[in-house]
Amino acid sequence: MKLTVDGLHVTLDHQPILRDVSLDAAQGDIVGLIGPNGSGKSTLLRAVYRSLRPAQGVVRVAGDDVWKLPARTAARRTAAVLQDSNSNAVGLCVQEIVALGRTPHHGLLGRDGAEDHRAVAEAMDACGARPLAERDFASLSGGERQRVLLARALAQKPKLLVLDELTNHLDIRARFELLDLIRGTGTTTLAVLHDLDLAARLCDHLVVLDEGVVAAAGKVLDVLTPDVLREVFGVRAVAERHADGVIRITYGADPLALHDTTTDPAASAASAEPSDHTPPAPVPPAHPTPLTPTAHEAQAPVPG
Amino acid sequence: MSAQAAEEPYPPRTPHASAAGAPPGRVARSLAGALPRAFAARGATDSAVDAGTRPTPTAKPRTPRQAKGPRILNVPTGPLLVGLLAVLVATMMVAISIGSVTIPVVDVWQIVWHHLTGAGAAADPALDQIVWNFRTPRVVLAALVGAGLAVAGVVLQAVVANPLADPYVLGVSSGASLGAVMVITMAGGALGGLGVSAAAFAGAMVAVALVFVLGLTRGRLAPTRLVLSGVAVGYLFLAGTSYLQLQATPTELRSVMFWMLGSVAGAKWNQLGLVSTVVLTSTVFLALFGRQLNALLAGDESATALGVDVHRLRGALLVLSSLLTGTVIAVAGGIGFVGLMIPHLVRLAVGADHRRLLPLAAVVGAIYLVVVDLLSRTVNRPNELPLGILTALFGAPFFLWLLRRNKTLDAS
Repeated sequence: MKLTVDGLHVTLDHQPILRDVSLDAAQGDIVGLIGPNGSGKSTLLRAVYRSLRPAQGVVRVAGDDVWKLPARTAARRTAAVLQDSNSNAVGLCVQEIVALGRTPHHGLLGRDGAEDHRAVAEAMDACGARPLAERDFASLSGGERQRVLLARALAQKPKLLVLDELTNHLDIRARFELLDLIRGTGTTTLAVLHDLDLAARLCDHLVVLDEGVVAAAGKVLDVLTPDVLREVFGVRAVAERHADGVIRITYGADPLALHDTTTDPAASAASAEPSDHTPPAPVPPAHPTPLTPTAHEAQAPVPG
Repeated sequence: MSAQAAEEPYPPRTPHASAAGAPPGRVARSLAGALPRAFAARGATDSAVDAGTRPTPTAKPRTPRQAKGPRILNVPTGPLLVGLLAVLVATMMVAISIGSVTIPVVDVWQIVWHHLTGAGAAADPALDQIVWNFRTPRVVLAALVGAGLAVAGVVLQAVVANPLADPYVLGVSSGASLGAVMVITMAGGALGGLGVSAAAFAGAMVAVALVFVLGLTRGRLAPTRLVLSGVAVGYLFLAGTSYLQLQATPTELRSVMFWMLGSVAGAKWNQLGLVSTVVLTSTVFLALFGRQLNALLAGDESATALGVDVHRLRGALLVLSSLLTGTVIAVAGGIGFVGLMIPHLVRLAVGADHRRLLPLAAVVGAIYLVVVDLLSRTVNRPNELPLGILTALFGAPFFLWLLRRNKTLDAS
């Protein structure tokens, strides 16, 4: 359902971490949260999955302020896959890990029923985790683990998925498999991502956090402008929609040379190095194709 | 099989040059969910290769070792629990029958049954005295203590997220020791009138309260801080205990040592009421938190996202398990190793789902301590050995053997 974050201020140890952060996600939207390390992305997620109470502002999931809902009710709406530092799942098999997703659906005396078994089975099927059901979680590969944790989140039957760095440390195939899975769920998703290329592929909208404030928000190409990439991420790069319809980021020959205005990274990628291993060339404005109706968006100014 | 594979949302990986269909290992693994484990592990490999089967996205083929599940016992909880309870009752009967006078198990059963239900004829008063007034309370106390320590160990290992945790990790035993030693060495003095048990319980609670206060950060109990505070408070109380031991007479010292290593020799019916109430109610209550304890294994943040109030849960579980440990240690002394070993042993055998683990660990702990107590009074007759020596002596080698044969621990 709909996620609304409105005027969120969060402080940790009297330090402001987030200042006046607002964002929206419509039903089924995948919103990517990007920004440099320490910009407050995980903190924002914590306020959404009800782990860190904001000093000010509201988080609404499906219309209700999550901080006014009981923890269990909120957890039936929002599921999270996180980078947990003190997880200690020795001795739990995959099926049991996925079944943890049913925790918010039961009180102290609740026993697993048919609905729980069905939810667990569907979640495992959706994530291709069924063949792993009896395996010890500790024996899985990184990609398998993330798929199982995603299945756990789906078993929660959430209206909102919150993902923190789901694709970290995974090989490239596993990354793309996870992207497909997330898109396949059809659930409204708020995902913190470090890899801008993956963010551009996966997300409908992006929100850029920089030092606790929203630096840019909107459609992928409206957000990933050369200015934002330079000011927030500190690299020289352009994001462009290629002939196959995919938005890719091209980094300059020297991505760290921020003040060198003589070479445009797009120009250098397109024309200065047209060798045979160049990735699919960014579409030059000279001959637009039907696949690239928005090629001009690459130069659109930053809103806000 | 193929129907399931066809529903997979992924394109198949480009077929391997080596694989005619699916690699057999992969098929065997995907069957493991549908077939009993024993079948999947042995028989499926050669029979189930299906030309139409597409590779699942389960990535690389694995060695057969990892295809095997983590469990040794894959029996449903109910029957397993009933079976173990039957073993417990049988063990208790045997333990009651053995002693300086050996009494046939049948007679033991008749006497106990007579006392419990009033049915059957009263036995020879001398036998009745031995069985019902001397041996039965002792064996029952051993069972209760074993169950209590195992349950407290399971809970604390999950709550402080540390596999090395045992019921004494929060300083309970050092506090109890100091209390007990004060009464033993200064009897009739400052603590006049206070029994060893009461003093031990008071000492345990003082130590735990101190650890809780030191472990609080911003109103929350942080696991690492708690464990470190427990270690520090433990050393502090140990200093007092050691000093008092140096001042003690040899006779006092002997009883101090015996208390610290644990014994159920002094069991009386009148103390069992309180102990059994505490052990049984806290076991049932803690088992109710099984689902929440499972969620804690996912980590604090993930558990929070699963709707668990991690900090309140941790506080409640720590208070409850400390009361349980304090009660047990007050009546039986500092029996080591049971609360560390039994939880691991049962977890290795049946997995870490606490709804299953807690009741099973309680029964296994009870059986173990009944057996150990039996050994403590038979191996060196007529002298008795403290339980702490035997729990470690028999437990450690078995535990090491179990650790070595469990391969999944290496993976993490």
